[in-house]
Amino acid sequence: MGTRKTPVTLRKENMNFSLSLTASGSGSGSTTISSDGSPPLDRPPVLVLLSLSDAWSSALSAKFTIIPPSSPLSTSTRAVLISGSVNRVDSTLLDQYPSLRCVVTTSAGVNTINLEECRRRGVLVANVGETYSNDVADYAVGLLIDAFRRLTMSDRYLRNGLWVSRGDYPLGSKLGGKRVGIVGLGSIGSAIAKRLEAFGCKISYFSRKPKPTANYKYVPNIIDLATKSDVLVVSCSLTKETHHIINKQVLQALGKEGIIINIGRGAHIDEPELVRSLVQGEIKGVGLDVFENEPNVPKEMFEMENVVLTPHQAVFTPEALSDVIQICIANFEAFFAENRPGTTGTTTGTDYCISRRTQEGDQGRCAESYQTLKPADDLV
Amino acid sequence: MEKIGVLITHQPLPYLEQELTRRGCRLFRLWEAPETSRLEFCRENSAAIRAIVGNSNFGADAATIDALPKVEIIASFSVGLDKVDLVKCKERGIRVTNTPDVLTDDVADLAIGLAISVMRRIPSADKYVRSGAWKKGDYTLTTRFSGKTVGILGLGRIGIAIAKRAEAFDCPISYYSRTEKPYPNYTYYSTPVDLASNCDVLVVACALTEETHHIVNRAVIDALGPKGVLINIGRGPHVDESELVAALVEGRLGGAGLDVFENEPHVPDELFGLDNVVLVPHVGSATIETRTAMADLVLGNLEAHFLNKPLLTPVV
Repeated sequence: MGTRKTPVTLRKENMNFSLSLTASGSGSGSTTISSDGSPPLDRPPVLVLLSLSDAWSSALSAKFTIIPPSSPLSTSTRAVLISGSVNRVDSTLLDQYPSLRCVVTTSAGVNTINLEECRRRGVLVANVGETYSNDVADYAVGLLIDAFRRLTMSDRYLRNGLWVSRGDYPLGSKLGGKRVGIVGLGSIGSAIAKRLEAFGCKISYFSRKPKPTANYKYVPNIIDLATKSDVLVVSCSLTKETHHIINKQVLQALGKEGIIINIGRGAHIDEPELVRSLVQGEIKGVGLDVFENEPNVPKEMFEMENVVLTPHQAVFTPEALSDVIQICIANFEAFFAENRPGTTGTTTGTDYCISRRTQEGDQGRCAESYQTLKPADDLV
Repeated sequence: MEKIGVLITHQPLPYLEQELTRRGCRLFRLWEAPETSRLEFCRENSAAIRAIVGNSNFGADAATIDALPKVEIIASFSVGLDKVDLVKCKERGIRVTNTPDVLTDDVADLAIGLAISVMRRIPSADKYVRSGAWKKGDYTLTTRFSGKTVGILGLGRIGIAIAKRAEAFDCPISYYSRTEKPYPNYTYYSTPVDLASNCDVLVVACALTEETHHIVNRAVIDALGPKGVLINIGRGPHVDESELVAALVEGRLGGAGLDVFENEPHVPDELFGLDNVVLVPHVGSATIETRTAMADLVLGNLEAHFLNKPLLTPVV
């Protein structure tokens, strides 16, 4: 069974992900090149095109020799570590480092990587698979429960002394039996669905094509999905097709009892239209982790009781950052296990690879779970 | 229920009040009387009052029951009966009903919602955005919820519903109860301290009795520790509140999500400045759907009693 390809690019707008990895320290780590200029055989060389935190440097250099772009060895190095939010992998880059046979990205999204070009040149690509999905799904569910049960608002009410002076907070809305419409049933959308089922929600989804392995009701048209949903959760990747996928028609179809949760990208929603709908009371409420022009948030929302606003937080747990390091290292290990330095290697060169999330600490299993998938052309 | 006098202890759901009135009941609104003269109010109207509708904050204690010699039934608008003097009711032959099952889902939903909200700091993050602080820099990392061990104090209806939800997040489940239950996938601990030592998120989901008063005490809080999170959707007196506040303020406990407090609606204001707590005003069953279902149970029980039919959800 293949890992679902989930190119949801998860990065903070205006802030590249590598910066969050460099919370302390910067620089590309130490290289332990031996005196004849070649890296030790037990620590294959990895070209690194982003700045690394101390946690990254020490984890990576324990098993690999870190090659900075400035090194003369960069053009003979076969594996590279990039971040989807920092680096573009295209012909230019692949020409610059002609020995590359393996690209490992710290992102889930692969939209800044020219997969066709990689395939043509026999370069394998590995992302972090579903590593971020659980944290993002948890956050989506947290925002949804908050929107229905008014947690943030009633917490604020309580801290402002109003439970004492005004009495009970107005009633919220029960989750059980509510119809949830998931926009994009990739890894994140599926994780959200699995969680919300346990709360008794009824799950339907929209994507460009139905997912044969999904147990949920497929709705081929987003307006239909909105019409039949009490809450829409946006969890697809951002592409030309999904830009403003939540627009005026969808908001109208969702209706004035409807709620929207967005943990995708700000640009998934026509934000001025959303604000207008909220101001006019045409939808019931929202939980938003992303905005069209972060860190700016439409100021009308600050006055509203029925919105929850969070600063693009869904993916940022220390556990996720640590998992990403582990899985990238496991990807490199899998590549080098099949492609020992000094051999011609066994690159398949036709498909790109998504690595499975390994059990914590169990990195040796990655070689077995080195999945190959046909590059799917749908990104939702 | 023509002309039957019903004492309502708290401001009721409008639907409940309308339905009682529609069925011909005479309503006596105890919550409108000043606190110091409530017993007086009861005595003055005792000839007419044959039923009491209480809730989780205002039940029927011994003094109230004594002031109402004609009471035959107490239909509580809650599942918890810690505020009803059950011993007195048994002595007097007064029937007591509650509202089980209909609120189980809402309370379990809230428990998980609070856990995510505390660990991912959602209200604090919302405040961060609204204050304009996001323009100056990103918010901090927040702790993952998925996969963390959830320890449940009390594996009754609500405890099981919490476990089922937590399992969808791949959380291993452990629990404490007086006796072990037939759930082989859940790890049993025979003391609350053992449970707290072995979980990341401790949820209070048992009934409030003399035995479970302050079941979460200093020892349990210490065992839960600086990375542990306490979620209380039970009753305020389940937790030694002053110990809890001290532990949170001093950083000896990782965080707390609290729906209930020892002296509602008063909440220790030392908690108000903390980012690692979420405080909500006893909203466990506070949805329009559930409160309506609870009202229907109260009405159904009252009607059954006065028509000499079997009660729907009797406890005494």
